[in-house]
Formats: sequence, structure tokens, C-alpha cells
Amino acid sequence: MITFLLRRLVNYVVLCVVVVFLTYLLASLTFDPISLLLHHDPPPPRSVINDKIHQLHLDQPIPQRFFEWFGGAIHGDFGNDVFGDPVNQQVWTRALTSLRLFGLGTLIGVVFGVLVGVVGAIRQYRVTDYVATFVSFVLIAMPVFVLGTLLKFAAIKINQVTGSDFLVFEGEVTPGFTGSFAADLGDRLRHLILPTLAIALGLVAYYSRYQRNAMLDVLGSDFLRTARAKGLRRRQALYRHGLRTALIPMATLFAYGFGTLIVGGPFTEHIFDWHGMGEWLITGINSQDANLTTTVTLFVAVCVLFSGLLADLAYAALDPRVRI
Amino acid sequence: MTLVESAHPVVTRSRGRLVLRRLSRNRLAILGVLVIVILYLAAFTYTWYWPWSYQVSDPNAYLSPPTGTHVFGTDKDGFDMYAQVMRGLQKSLTIGLLVAVLSTGTAAIVGSVAGYFRGISDRALMWLVDLLLTLPNFLIIAIISPAFHGRTWLLFVLLLAAFSWMITARIVRGMTLSLKEQDYVRAARLMGVPPLRVITRHILPQMSSLLIADATINVGSAILTETSLSYFGFGVQPPDVSLGTLIAGGTTSAVTFPWLFFIPGGLLVLTVLAVNLVGDGLRDALDPNSARGRRREQRAFRRHLRSGR
Repeated sequence: MITFLLRRLVNYVVLCVVVVFLTYLLASLTFDPISLLLHHDPPPPRSVINDKIHQLHLDQPIPQRFFEWFGGAIHGDFGNDVFGDPVNQQVWTRALTSLRLFGLGTLIGVVFGVLVGVVGAIRQYRVTDYVATFVSFVLIAMPVFVLGTLLKFAAIKINQVTGSDFLVFEGEVTPGFTGSFAADLGDRLRHLILPTLAIALGLVAYYSRYQRNAMLDVLGSDFLRTARAKGLRRRQALYRHGLRTALIPMATLFAYGFGTLIVGGPFTEHIFDWHGMGEWLITGINSQDANLTTTVTLFVAVCVLFSGLLADLAYAALDPRVRI
Repeated sequence: MTLVESAHPVVTRSRGRLVLRRLSRNRLAILGVLVIVILYLAAFTYTWYWPWSYQVSDPNAYLSPPTGTHVFGTDKDGFDMYAQVMRGLQKSLTIGLLVAVLSTGTAAIVGSVAGYFRGISDRALMWLVDLLLTLPNFLIIAIISPAFHGRTWLLFVLLLAAFSWMITARIVRGMTLSLKEQDYVRAARLMGVPPLRVITRHILPQMSSLLIADATINVGSAILTETSLSYFGFGVQPPDVSLGTLIAGGTTSAVTFPWLFFIPGGLLVLTVLAVNLVGDGLRDALDPNSARGRRREQRAFRRHLRSGR
């Protein structure tokens, strides 16, 4: 068991390094930060451009640049962005901002997704099931940038009707907000509502469809009938034997689901004006910044692989056959 | 005339007809097909019946809400929204279809080769799949996007296809592993049929139903990825429009000029929803073990018996 997890971990770390190298390579090949400088009017003098090329190490071969950046990154130094400011200045606050959003979104998404799926399976072909199915089909067809804008629109309308400003949709905290710790926490939570909802709703729809199918497969199985025949109550049989088995395939899905979630990041952060990693990625690409973009990529890769490892663990916890 | 024939006339149906019949009983799937056909026709023939073009602005109507002359209103430069949306739909539908066909094709080749040959090629290909799955395709294409600014949108299609075949490839590999052990495949192999021929003649046709259903689902996800990239300006470039660029334009003014956001947004959701419904219906109809398909069949059979009496 331990060796299995260790092997997976080593594999993940290797994948991470390769992915980061390839991203750096791609970004260095396609980005041209000097061209942005040349677009200034009047164009900057030759010496300024040469300085910039030297400052960004563009005169060195790409592998050398990569190893220089990577050597720093291992020690937690992610280099400078194209304007010469250290990436480190913002990386941790931004990572925490994004993780807060993604973590809460995933948690709510997984819990409610499983719940909705199980209820849908148990009450198959009843009104609850049809409503849940219809809503999740619509949500699956709806990209985050439509859902997020829709939520924002609804929040504005609700605020207008109720005459309050409870639902906030700009930033992660009210600018200049001061107060006790509890008031500050409350303010932050209020800002979390809408973006978390934007992320969680899509996940609930996605997970609940799979959970419903998995649960339906289990509901028709012999071992559940045996459990009932042995005298377990319906509820006990369903949750202790049924749900546990139906959760196994969901563990794998969870690893993939996190990837889709990360893609939702830039949109959610853009729409709700959060300064997280997703927003930073867009900044990095628009300013043609290889260091910045690769840093965000590293963050995404670590998140995806960590969730993969978590999925492996969940798999082992749920399925006794894996625990050898 | 034999006894059996006189008592119960045996009707044999080809597989295609059976699938078609199962599909036609799924009302939601039929609705999906209808919506897609209508959207396709509306999008690709709009120049024949619509007076406005997506490139010509109306100087008398800036930000006009939906009216008689501009059914979907106009944007801030006086461009007719109906023409814009139809043009965007053209692009999104074409890209979605092309990407789905290309990526499902790639998935079929990679998955069957990995599953059939096993060994080193399997390990290498599956490692590649793992690698590509580590990063969402949105991220990779966004990073490459500066390189295809000002180039043809077909390049964008190729990139989208190149980074969206991995999950289907995994499924195909798994199926190949079990199909390979089937007697008819073994027989073909022992008769000396070359491996590539075994794959194309015996293995891939056997999973055609899965591939068709998956290709349909992939159309939906390709449209979503395309619009997502275009939303941030990493996909379809102006002056061309896609549903993604239109929605991006309407997002900031969703409250003041709602038609700019709700019309392209609603059309996008409708399109993907219709495609997904068809994909789901196809999967049920094509899968001989599908409980839902069988259930529909049984229900229809009972109805048939009842009406027969």
C-alpha cells in the first residue's frame, strides 16, 4: 500500500517537472515580450531594448534560462516578471486566494453532487429525479463565464428588489474594510458566496450525473439484496453497502474534475474581480511573460496532481481490494 | 411455409434500423436533433434571408434593443446582433464538429494501438496521455495562442483537437484490451492478418458505437473549449466572431444592455444542451446492454401488444 502510493507520488513529481519544462519551452518559443516594447510610440531607443533583452535573459538559450528559473523555483524563488518585479511578491497571496475559492467550491460541489446523485437514483423517475436531471443537463451545457455572469446579474436584481447590498460580487474583500476579526471574516465570507456558487454549481451537476448512474448500478446488485435479506434496514443497506461501493468510481472522476475546475478559475476570478492565480495567468499571457505563466502552470500542475494523489488515497480507503 | 413462420413471423432488422428505432423513441434526443438541424440551417443560410451582414453596421441604431428591424438588437457599433450571432454560431458549430471528428479519430488510433501492441508503445502512449491530462487543454492552447495570432482559424482547430483526445483514448485502450482476447480477433491473428488490418477491420468497427457516441459528446465539449478560449481573446480573432467573443462583449453590460449577453449566451447553452442530449440518446440506443434503451424497447413492445389486441 505504502509502496503503491510512493510509486504514484514519484510518478506525479516526474510528470510535474516534465510539464513545467514543456510549458516553459512553449512559452519561451511563442512569447515575444520585446514586441510589446516595440509597439510604444515613440519606439524606445536601441539601448533600452538591448538592456531589456539582457535583463530578461533573452540572449541565452532556452534550456539555460529554464534551469536558471527552475533552480530558483525549487527554493521558492520564481524569478522576475517582464517588468522586473519579483514574482514572489504576489505568488503566495494569489495562491491562497485561489485555493480558498477552489477548495470551498470543490468541497461543496463534491458533497452536494454525491447527495443529489444518490437522491436522484433512489427516487428514480420521480419528480425530484426529473428536476435534478433537467437542471444538471442545463448546467453542464453552461460554461462558467455564462453561469458567473448570470449569477452576478441575479445578485444585482436581488439586491435591487430587497433594497440591500448583501450580495457582493467585486473582489474578495471590501476595500478599506476595518473591523474586528469576526466582522472581517463575515465580510470575506460574504464575498465568497457568489464565486463559490459559480464553481460549485457546475461541479454538482457534473458529479451528480455520474453518482446517479453509479448508484443505479449498485441498487440493482445482488449484494444489496443480500444485505437487506440479512435484516439490515433499507437506509443502513443503502448507505453502508450501496453508497460506499458507488463512491469508488467517483474517486477517479474527482481527479479529472479538478482539472475542469482549474479552467473555471480564470473566468470566475475575472468575472468577480478576484486577484487569484487564474487572473494572473491571463495577465501573464497578455504581457508575454514566460516566468509568470510557468509559475501559474506549476501551481495548476501541483493542484491537479495533488488531487490525483488524494483520489488514489480515497480509492484505497473505499476499495479494500486495493489495500494489499 | 414452415410452422414457425406461420405461428410467429420472425422479423429481422439490421442493426442500423434498430438503433434508429431506439433513438426515435427517445423524445429528448429527437428534440436535440431538431434543434441542431434548425440552428445549422439558420446559421449557414442567414445571408440568404437576412438583410443585415455581420460586417456592416447600421448608423441609425447604436445599442438598439430588439426591434422590428433588428430582431436581436444591435451592439455599441451598430452591428446587427442577429447577423453577428449567426456568424458566431457558424464558427462555433464548424469548429466543434471538426475538433470532435479529429480528436475522436486520434483517440481511436492511439487507444487501439496502445491496447493492441501493449509493451513499450503502450507504456509510452499512456504516459503521454497522463502528461497531457496533467494540464487542462485550455491552459496549453492559451499559452500557444500568441503564435497563431493573425493565422488561419484552422490552426486553432488542429490545436484544439491535438489536446482533447486523451480521455477517449483511455477508454478505447481499455476496450481494445478485452476485444483482443475475443475468438474472432484471435482467429484473424492466427490466420496471419497483419496487426494494422486487425485493428481497422476487426477491433475498431466493434467499438464504432462507442466512438460515435463519444464523438457527439466531444462536439459539445469542443464548442465549450472554443468559446472559453475566444472569450479571453485566445481563440477566434476579430474581425471574425464566435459565440465566445460575442459573450465576452456582452458580459460587461449584462445589466444595462441585457440582449448583448443573453442572446449569444442562451444560444450557446441551447446548442451544447442539444448536442449533449443527442449524444446521450445515441449512447443509450447504440449500447445493447443499456438498461434505458431496453426499457424503452420493452415499454414500446407492451404498448404494441396492447394496441394489437
